[in-house]
Amino acid sequence: MSTPVTAPATERATEPATESATESAPGYRAGHTLPLRVEAMRQWRRRRTMVMAVVLGALPLILIAAFAIGGTPGREGGRVTLMDTATASGANFAATCLFVSAGFLLVVPVALFCGDTVASEANWSSLRYLLAAPVPRARLLWSKLAVALAFSLAAMVLLPGVALVTGSIAYGWGPLELPTGGSLPAGDAIPRLALVVAFIFVSQLVTAALAFWLSTKTDAPLGAVGGAVGLTIVGNVLDAVTALGSWRDFLPAHWQFAWADALQPQLEWGGMLKGAAVSVTYALVLFALAFRGFSRKDIVS
Amino acid sequence: MKLRIPRSRALAGAVAAFAVLAGGGTWTAVASGSDAPTVHREERIMSMDGVRIDTSFFTVDGADGVDGAAGKRPAVLLGHGFGGSKRDVQAQAEQLARDGYAVLTWSARGFGKSTGKIGLNDPDGEVKDVSRLIDWLAERPEVRLDADGDPRVGVSGSSYGGAISLLAAGHDKRVDAVAPQITYWNLADALFPDGVFKKLWAGIFINTGGGCEKFENRLCEMYERVAVAGKPDAAARDLLTAHSPSAVGDRIKVPALIVQGQNDSLFPLDHADAMAKAIDGNGAPVAVDWIAGGHDGGDRESARVEGRITDWFDRYLKGEKGTDTGPAFRVTRTGGVDSTDGAAKLRGAASDRYPGLEAGRRQLKLAAAKPEQHFTNPAGANPPAISAVPGVGALSQLSGLGVGLSLDFPGQNARFETAKLASDLRVTGSPTVKVKVKSDRDDAVLFGKVYDVSADGRQQVLPSQLVSPVRVSGAGAKDGATVELRLPAIDHEVRAGHRLRVVLAATDLGYASPADPAAYTVSLEGDGALTVPTATGVKTQAAPLPWWVWGLPAIGAAVAVALLLTARRRTVAPAPDPALAEVPLQITGLTKKYAKSADRYAVRDLSFRVERGQVLGLLGPNGAGKTTTLRMLMGLITPDSGEIRVFGHAIRPGSPVLSRVGSFVEGAGFLPHLTGRANLDLYWQATGRPAEDSRMDEALEIAGLGDPSPSSRLRSTRGDPIDRAVRTYSQGMRQRLAIAQAMLGMPDLLILDEPTNGLDPPQIREMRDVMIRYAAAGRTVIVSSHLLSEVEQSCTHLVVMDRGQLMQAGPVAEITGGTDTLLVTTEGEVSEALAEKVAALPGIGTAVRTDEGLLVRLDGASPSALIGELVRLDVPLTGVGPNRRLEDAFLTLIGGTSA
Repeated sequence: MSTPVTAPATERATEPATESATESAPGYRAGHTLPLRVEAMRQWRRRRTMVMAVVLGALPLILIAAFAIGGTPGREGGRVTLMDTATASGANFAATCLFVSAGFLLVVPVALFCGDTVASEANWSSLRYLLAAPVPRARLLWSKLAVALAFSLAAMVLLPGVALVTGSIAYGWGPLELPTGGSLPAGDAIPRLALVVAFIFVSQLVTAALAFWLSTKTDAPLGAVGGAVGLTIVGNVLDAVTALGSWRDFLPAHWQFAWADALQPQLEWGGMLKGAAVSVTYALVLFALAFRGFSRKDIVS
Repeated sequence: MKLRIPRSRALAGAVAAFAVLAGGGTWTAVASGSDAPTVHREERIMSMDGVRIDTSFFTVDGADGVDGAAGKRPAVLLGHGFGGSKRDVQAQAEQLARDGYAVLTWSARGFGKSTGKIGLNDPDGEVKDVSRLIDWLAERPEVRLDADGDPRVGVSGSSYGGAISLLAAGHDKRVDAVAPQITYWNLADALFPDGVFKKLWAGIFINTGGGCEKFENRLCEMYERVAVAGKPDAAARDLLTAHSPSAVGDRIKVPALIVQGQNDSLFPLDHADAMAKAIDGNGAPVAVDWIAGGHDGGDRESARVEGRITDWFDRYLKGEKGTDTGPAFRVTRTGGVDSTDGAAKLRGAASDRYPGLEAGRRQLKLAAAKPEQHFTNPAGANPPAISAVPGVGALSQLSGLGVGLSLDFPGQNARFETAKLASDLRVTGSPTVKVKVKSDRDDAVLFGKVYDVSADGRQQVLPSQLVSPVRVSGAGAKDGATVELRLPAIDHEVRAGHRLRVVLAATDLGYASPADPAAYTVSLEGDGALTVPTATGVKTQAAPLPWWVWGLPAIGAAVAVALLLTARRRTVAPAPDPALAEVPLQITGLTKKYAKSADRYAVRDLSFRVERGQVLGLLGPNGAGKTTTLRMLMGLITPDSGEIRVFGHAIRPGSPVLSRVGSFVEGAGFLPHLTGRANLDLYWQATGRPAEDSRMDEALEIAGLGDPSPSSRLRSTRGDPIDRAVRTYSQGMRQRLAIAQAMLGMPDLLILDEPTNGLDPPQIREMRDVMIRYAAAGRTVIVSSHLLSEVEQSCTHLVVMDRGQLMQAGPVAEITGGTDTLLVTTEGEVSEALAEKVAALPGIGTAVRTDEGLLVRLDGASPSALIGELVRLDVPLTGVGPNRRLEDAFLTLIGGTSA
C-alpha cells in the first residue's frame, strides 16, 4: 500500500452490497467453475510441461542422429525387432520410437501430469483458494483429470507425430515394414499407428489413475509421481515372475506391449482388449477412490 | 481287397484259442488330481498270430457316464503314430477312461515291445490284430456289449493309428465310431502323388520304422525298387493301395470325425476330402476338422482335438443325443502372434456342412510376360526348388504371417500372375488351372504351386509350403498335353493388393523328378484363369476372449459406483434460513477435534454472530483455533458438529454461497510460474464469473499493486511487479497480491487472516483504512489476528478465542474498554489482597496481578483518578501506562470473567 488509495477507488469500494439475499454471487454457476481451458492454461506454462514436450519432441531427432552416426541397424541374432526396420520409412521410424519409449518414457508424462496436478496445487496453497472460490470438489477433480489426461495423450501423440514427420524427411514416406515380415502400405499404417497410440493411452490409464489418486492423498507432488512410477516398476518386476502363471494376466504391465499386435499383417485384437480391460478396471476403481477420498477430505494444505 | 470279415461270434471263439494271456497282467493305479477318479491300468502282452502285442487297458471305478450299476461302458481303442508306441497315447487314454470309457491301447507290430514285422496296416496283420483286441474287449466285464461278442467300441489315433481306425471300421463291422487324425486315405496317393515319388518323406517313413529290415519283405523290396528307379510302378501302387482305407472305403459306414492337418505335405487335406466324401456317401455322419499343424509341424491343438473326439464318442458310443459334436466343418485359422508369449494365435472358422475343396469358385485371370514360357529341367534335377522340408516344417505355419521359406531357381520354372486383388480373398480348398505342357522328352514332371505375392512384389509366401506334382508322360508330352492342374488344398487369406502367382517348377527337393535334362514349354489353356475356391459358407468365429475381458471392467465400474455412492454423506445441506439472509455469518456450537484425537479440541462449542457492516476482529493467540474456524467457514474442513451459516445458507464443501465470500487464509497461494496478473486472471476465470465483475484494477489498487496513471502503466510492461512471475515476489508482495485476490469481485464478506504479516507500518495503516471503508457500505470484514493493537484500531467488534473456545464477543470498546486498560508497574510484587482492593474501587472493571505489576481495566474512572486511588492505597508505583499486549488483554478478560 505504498500508493495512496485514491478517491474513485474508495467510492467504488464502498458501494453498497446488493443482491445480498441471493445464495450466490451474480454470474456464479457451479458447473462453469474451473473451465478446462483455464485449467489447461494453468498447467501449460509450467516448466515440467515444457521440459516433457522438449524431451518427447527431441527424442526422434536424437534417434535419427544416432542412426546417422551408428549406421542403419542390422538384423543381429534370431530375434527380429522393430529396431531392425527403424530406418525403412517414416512410419517404421515412428513405430520404433514408440517401441523404445512405451516401456518407461511414456509412463513418466502420464505419472507426472496426473500425479502432480492436485498435489502441486496443495503444495502451492492455491488449492484452498480454488475450493473456496468455490469450485465444487468433484468439479475441480474432473477438470484437473480431464486436462491431465489430455496432456498425457498429447505427449503420446507428440512423440510418434514428430517421429513420423522427421522420419519421413529422413527416410522417406513409405510402407511400414513389419518385423514379422510383410509390410503395410503407408495409408494403412497411419491408422495402425493411431491404434497403437490409443492402446498405449488406455493401458496407461491405470498409471494415470494411480498417480491421480495419490495426488489427492498427498501434498508432495513428487510423492504422487514417484509412487505411481514406482508401482509401475513393481508391476513390471512381478510380470517377470513367470511362476505367477495366469495371474500375470491381471497385471497391467503384462499387456504393456500388446500394441505390437497392431503392427502385424493381421491385426490381433485379443491382447489389446485384455490389456485395456485390465487397465480400465483398475483405473475406474482408483478414480472412484480419488473422488471419494477428496470429496470428504479436510483440506489443511 | 476281398477279405471276408468273419462273423464276430465265430471270431470270439477263435480268439480264445490263440490269444493267450502271456502274463497275468499288471495292475497300476494312476492317481491324478484330487477330484479325478483313479485310473487303473492293466499291462498285458497278448500273443496272437505268432506275434506278441503289448497292450494297456485303462478303466476307472464307477466313472461318470457309466450307465447302470453293472458299470458297463463303451470301449475305445487308441492307436499310435508311426515310429511311436502305446505310451504316446497314455495321457489321452487316461482322460478317456475318466470320461467313462474302457480304453485299450496297444503297440502295433514292430513298434514298442510288440514283436513282428511292420506291415503298414496290413489287412492280414495289423488290421486283424485290432479285431482280436475287439474280441478281447468283448470278454471284459466292464465293456458294454451291443451283442454277444460285439462290444460298443470306437477307434481313434493319429497318422498310422488314424489309418488303422479307418481300416478297422472297414474290415470289422463291430466298430461303432471312428476319429482318424492326420492320416491317409490312400497311401499310394500320399507317397506317389500323380505318379511322382515323394522321396524325402518316403525315406523318412522307412527310417522312422527302424529301417527297411523291420518291414515285411515285400514292402521293403517295393520301397527299394521305387527309390532306386525314382518313380513308382504299378505293382508298388497296388501294394500300397491294398493296405489303404480307400480299399475298403465303401464299407466304412460309422460316424467319423476326420481331423486333418493344414501343414501336412505327407498326408495333405485332399486325403481328408476323399475320406469325407466316401464315408458321407455311405450314409454315416461325418465331421471334418482342419487343424493348424500336421506332419510338417505346427500346433496340433491336442487339447481341443481330444475334447472334440471325446464329444464325438459321447454322442456316438454312449448315445448321448444332447452332446454337441461341433460343426460339420471347422478350420483353424492363424491370426497374428500373441505379443505377450510369442505364440501364433488360432481361431476357428466353421460351417454347418463340409464344403469340399471346390466350393465357391472364383475365376482370376492369369497373365504372363510371354504366353508360352520356356524353361529347363536341370540335369540330375539339381539344384532343386524348395517348398516343404520335413523337419523344418514348423516354419511353414508362419506362412500365415507372411513369412516363409521357399526357393525357386531362375530358368527352371514358368510363372503366371493374377492382377492385384481388389479385396481380401480367402482361399479354402484346391485352386485349379488348365495348362498346356510340352516337353522334349517322353516323361515330364512339374510341380505346381500358388504363391501369395505382396503388394510391392518383393515378398512371396507359399501357403503351408505345399506343392502339387504332376507327371505328363507318353506321346502326349512331346505333342503338348493339356493338364488340369489341381494345386494344393489350403486355407489362406490373400490380402487386397496382393497377387496370386502360379509357378510350375521343374524340380522340388521333396520329390524325385527326371534326372535327364529337358526343355519344357508351358502355356495357359482355355480361358487362362486360375480357379480359386472360396467356401464362402465358412465363417470365422469370433476370437474366444476370456469372460473377464468384458466382466472385469463391468465389475470395476460397479465397484467405482459403489465407492462414490457410499461416500455421499451429509451432502444435503439444510434449507436456507430466510431470517438470517441479512446476517453475514452465524456460527452455532461449532466443534472440531484434531484428527486422530479423542479429546483434543481445535475448536469447541464456538458460537458467535457477525452483522452486516461490522469489521470483526477474531482475536486469539497462536493455536487458539482461529484458522481452523476460518477453514471451516470456507468449507475446507468439515466440522464435527455445529453449524456455520453465511447469509442464512449452511456451509458445505463448495457451497455456492461461498462465491459471496472472499478469503485470505494462512498466506498466499499462487502458481509460482505465472505472473501476478495472470494468477489473478486465471483465478477469476476459475470462478466462472463474468470478467467485468472482477473489478481487478480496484482490488489491485486497494492492495497497493495497481498504478492508475497511464504513464506508469506504459512503464509497467516490464518493470511492474504485477507482470513478473510470482516466484520472484517478496513475502510482502505475495501477501498484497493474495489480499487483492480475496477482494476480486468485491465480495459481501471478506475474510482476512493475519493480513498485516509482512506489511510495513504505513501499509498496515492503509490496510486498516481499507477494511473500515470496505465495511462502511454494508459489506462485512472478518479479520483475524493475534495482536490486539492491530484489531482494536480497525475493528468494530471482537471475538476473542483461546484454546478453541470463545472467551468474549462484542463491540471492541466493550471488551477492551477502548484505551482504558492500564498497566500499573510497581516496585516488588503486588499482593492478591491489594489487587482485590484495587478491583473493588469505584469505576474500576478488573485488576489482575502480572509479573510486572497490576493490569487494570477502567470502567468509568479516569486514569488520574486511578493513580490518586493507588497512591492513597500506598501502592509502590513506578509507572502507569496504556496496555497494548494481547496476553495482558486476555488476562484482564479472564480476570473479568472469573471475578
